[in-house]
Amino acid sequence: MTTFLQFVIDVLSLGGAYALMALGLVIVYGILRLVNFAYGELIMVAGYSMYLVNPSGLPWLAMAAVAVLMAVLAGIATDYVAFRPVRAKSVTAVLITSFAFSTLLQNAALLFISPRPRNVPLPEIFSETVEIAGVITPARNLITIAAAVVLLTLFSWLMRRSVLGIAMRAAATNFTMARMLGVPANLIISSAFAISGLLAGVVSLLWIGRIGAVVPGIGLEPLLIAFIATVIGGMRSLQGAVLGGFLLAFMDTTLNFTLPQDLLKFRDAFTFSLVILILLWRPQGLVSGPASGRRT
Amino acid sequence: MLEVSGLQVDYGAIRAVHDVSLNLAEGELVTLLGANGAGKSSTLMCIAGALPATAGTIRLEGADVTSARPEAMVRKGVATVPETRDVFPDLTVGENLQLGAYTRRKDAAGVAEDRARMFEMFPVLAERGGQPAGTLSGGEQQMLVIARAMMSRPRFLLLDEPSLGLAPTIVDQIFDMIATLKRSGLTILLVEQNASKALAVADRAYVMRLGKIEAEGTASEIAAATDLKALYLAG
Repeated sequence: MTTFLQFVIDVLSLGGAYALMALGLVIVYGILRLVNFAYGELIMVAGYSMYLVNPSGLPWLAMAAVAVLMAVLAGIATDYVAFRPVRAKSVTAVLITSFAFSTLLQNAALLFISPRPRNVPLPEIFSETVEIAGVITPARNLITIAAAVVLLTLFSWLMRRSVLGIAMRAAATNFTMARMLGVPANLIISSAFAISGLLAGVVSLLWIGRIGAVVPGIGLEPLLIAFIATVIGGMRSLQGAVLGGFLLAFMDTTLNFTLPQDLLKFRDAFTFSLVILILLWRPQGLVSGPASGRRT
Repeated sequence: MLEVSGLQVDYGAIRAVHDVSLNLAEGELVTLLGANGAGKSSTLMCIAGALPATAGTIRLEGADVTSARPEAMVRKGVATVPETRDVFPDLTVGENLQLGAYTRRKDAAGVAEDRARMFEMFPVLAERGGQPAGTLSGGEQQMLVIARAMMSRPRFLLLDEPSLGLAPTIVDQIFDMIATLKRSGLTILLVEQNASKALAVADRAYVMRLGKIEAEGTASEIAAATDLKALYLAG
C-alpha cells in the first residue's frame, strides 16, 4: 500500500512537471506549427534570474515572481527576435532562427555568467520531507502536484472562457480564418509565447528545486521531455500534451520501481523504446487534435 | 464604396488575377461569376487582405487598403465568408459566433443582442448553440459562417461560393438570406458558380475568365448576353 502511494505521488509530481513543460511547447506549436527550439532556454533564463536576484535578499516568492516574469519576457523576445522577422518567409528559416536564438542565449550565459553550476535560492520547504500515511516524500513533490493542478486548471479556464483563449483555440485550427474575423495575428502569437514563458518559468522553479543549481544547458532535458510528451500525446492537441506528460512520467516511474539496480542506468533507453512502440501504434499521437490546419 | 483597379495576384510564378478592376457602390449587390480557376476567389481573398496583391490598388471609401491585413479589414467594416466554409470545428456554435464579434468584444450588450438576432434568423443555430461546430451539417455550417461574419456588424460582406456543395432547398434558403441581407442595406460582393441564382439577386455582375474580367454589366444584361453554360465549360 505504501509503495503504491509512493508510486502515485511520484507519477503525479513528475507528470505534473512534464505536463507543464509539454504544454508550454505545444501552445506555440499549435498556433505556428513550429517547434520553438529556444524553449529550454526560457527555463534557463528563469534559473539565472533566480541566481542573479539572490543577493537582493528579497523573500523567495518575490524572487520567484521576478524569475517567472523574466521567462515570460524572454518568451515574448523569442517571438520578436527569432520568429516575427522571418515568419512569413519559410519554415526552415524559422527553425534555424529558433536554434540560433537558443544557442545565443546559452552562450550568453556561458560568457557572462559561468559554465559552472550556479546556486539558486531555494525556500526551506523545498528540502523538507512530509509523511503521508507512512510514506515519506519530499515536500517539493507535493508542491509540484499543487502547482500543476493550479496551472492546468487556470490554463483550461483561460482557453475555454476568455475571448483570448477562444481566439487562440480558433487560431490553432485555422489562423487565416481567425484573422478574417478580426483576431490580430501578432497578439495571438505573442500571447502564446508569453504563456509558454510563464509555464517555462514555473517549470524552471520546480525543476531547479530538485538540483538547487543552474547551468547553461539546463533547458535541454526539459525541452526533450516536452518534445517527447507532445509527440506521444499529439502535437496538435493541448489535452494531448498534458496526457503525454503524465504518460511519460508513468513510464519513467514504473521503470524506476521495477528495473533491477544494474539496469536502472539504461532507464531512458527503455522509455524511448516504449515511445517508439506508441508511435508505431499511433503515429499521429494519442489525441489527434482539430481536423483542419494550415500554416499562416 | 469599394474600388479595385489593376489588381494582380500571383501564386509564385502563376498569375491568378490579371489587371482586375471593379467597383461597388454602397448598398449594391455585385456578383463575380466565372468558371473554376478563373480567379474569382483569389480576387475576393485579396480584397479581404488574406492574399497579397502584386500590383494594383484596392480603395475602401476612398482610403487605400491594398496592403491592409485581414484583421484590419474587419475593423474597417469588411466581413469575409471564404468558400472553404471555415467553421472552427472543435469550438461550439456559440464560441464561433462570439469570435465573429471579436472586434466588438467590449460591447457585451450589443453582442448579446446580435446573437439573439442571428438565432432568430437561423433557429437551427440556437438549437445547436452548445454543440461543436464540426458536428453541424454542411448547410448549417454555411449558415453559421454567414451568421458569424454578421456578428462584426459589417457594412460590406465578401461572400465566396455560399451555395457550394449544398442541397437545392438549402441553396434557396441561403439565397433568400442573401436577399434579406441586401435589403438591410449591406453592400455585398458575391462570388458564385451558380450564375442563374446569383444573377437573380444581384444588381450588377462581372464575369471573369482566366484571371481577367471578360464582361461586366447589370445583372439582366449579363443574363441576356452571356451564354451561362459557356461560362463554365470554357474555363
